[in-house]
Amino acid sequence: MNTELQNIAIKAENLTKTFGNFTAVDHISFEVKKGEIFGFLGANGAGKTTAMQVLCGLSVPTSGNAMIAGFDVYRETEKIKKNIGYMSQKFSLYGNLTVRENLNFFGGIYGISRENLKTNGAELLEKIGLEHEKNKLVSELPLGWKQKLAFSVALFHEPQIVFLDEPTGGVDPVTRRQFWKMIYDASDRGVTIFVTTHYMDEAEYCDRVSIMVDGKIAALDTPSNLKKDFNAENMDDVFYEIARTKKVISGQ
Amino acid sequence: MNSLTVQNLTKTYGKGKEKVLAVDDVSFDVIPDEIFGLIGPDGAGKSSIFRMLTTLLLPDSGSATIENLDMVKDYAEIRKILGYMPGKFSLYQDLTIEENLHFFVSIFNTTVEENYDLIKEIYVQIEPFKNRRAGKLSGGMKQKLALCCALIHQPKVLFLDEPTTGVDPVSRKEFWEILKRLKLRGITIVVATPYMDEAALCDRIALMQHGKILSIETPENISLDFPYLIFEIKAGRTSQVLQALENFKPKKNVYAFGEFVHLIVDKNEKINPDNVKNYLQNAGFENIKINIVQASIEDSFIDLLSDKK
Repeated sequence: MNTELQNIAIKAENLTKTFGNFTAVDHISFEVKKGEIFGFLGANGAGKTTAMQVLCGLSVPTSGNAMIAGFDVYRETEKIKKNIGYMSQKFSLYGNLTVRENLNFFGGIYGISRENLKTNGAELLEKIGLEHEKNKLVSELPLGWKQKLAFSVALFHEPQIVFLDEPTGGVDPVTRRQFWKMIYDASDRGVTIFVTTHYMDEAEYCDRVSIMVDGKIAALDTPSNLKKDFNAENMDDVFYEIARTKKVISGQ
Repeated sequence: MNSLTVQNLTKTYGKGKEKVLAVDDVSFDVIPDEIFGLIGPDGAGKSSIFRMLTTLLLPDSGSATIENLDMVKDYAEIRKILGYMPGKFSLYQDLTIEENLHFFVSIFNTTVEENYDLIKEIYVQIEPFKNRRAGKLSGGMKQKLALCCALIHQPKVLFLDEPTTGVDPVSRKEFWEILKRLKLRGITIVVATPYMDEAALCDRIALMQHGKILSIETPENISLDFPYLIFEIKAGRTSQVLQALENFKPKKNVYAFGEFVHLIVDKNEKINPDNVKNYLQNAGFENIKINIVQASIEDSFIDLLSDKK
């Protein structure tokens, strides 16, 4: 492997996924560098979730190629799963297990040894300030704490890439910023961050963002270049320009 | 006459050790044709207030009137004049768009024709799919259908509980355009949202946290009343700028704000942009841009939350 390839965490080439005669993901191509914070934006129904499922090795693409953490999305899905972390707002942790049990469960799934679970788990809980809550049921925690825990759990097995699907919905602006601090710290340690969000100010926190419209990537660049290209004051206007002009009434 | 008067509303859930104070002595008024926003994070008590005001939940104490009707005594009358869109999609998933609408029409003893004018502009967008089951609709379409069903009996007051959560920015913008037009037609709107940019579109907003209202103001006054100076800074990667400014002595607070960093400083500190620039230059930053800016609602909310913590 040459050095350039080693610096690429995600590489997609003409990646396509169809369901019957509906094309959810339509020939998307992009690269994400190691340690980069990559924002994956798009309107509801643009194909983000489907694309993410393919990239995570959960759904086989119809055509095209993709390498995730150096592994092929057709042949090496199990290796992909071991080398990525995933967190979504909707489901990440078991509410009827305690903080500690969730950590042990997910750590165990990823093959972390009992000994490491114990020492690293305690360390992690201390770091995120949840050591006093370790025997509490996750369902009893405030949403902001749940999200911090879910993010830490997604990183517990030290994946190369972490996928975050609308991680910050519904939390207050202070908690949201604390969460982004954790994202920055992970990125500084070399973890690649792939994140979807409907908050356009968060799009500004990304190194680069792509905007998906009707299954295609309609724009991809740094936030400042996108603003320049679309002569827009902020990412909200950029998004509106791209998604509005291309939006068709398709019922999706 | 107020459209809505809320006095000392309080609600707790659970008993003994498990007891949670969800709504803590909340009072506010809403005047006719106003868009009044309840702004706050998950768990602030917004939904509990909505459920009490829509006569679905009894308060522990306190009272409220809606169009001069008592929330508890006159609940049956109130239900005829209010429209309610709950935070969770609550229409019948296995009925089609059209069937859901007709269901609400029959409950309220009206016809689609009678009030079609009110929903027309929204309904035409989903009408091509009127035979599709509600459970199969996208988020934006569900939201439009729910709004149609909440409007079809021409309510005087409309309660919208986080109508745009999880909805993309384009659909959100369209939704707020619709709300503005409903307001012009004489409907009072009470809306909850966790989005600070939507707060700016309300006539007045109540900022909420932990069951309490922290302040009630117009968006303009919230900006004007902000007691500190805000420096808007751009100088490279946000995380590094934040880290450097953490040690800037006169700072009251520092946080990321879109592409910028906001540095909050007390006015008495007599700090000017050049002071900040010098500080960052000494810390090794280049291409530094600094402006003094007016507070947004998000800045105010962060300030209120920081004081409480």
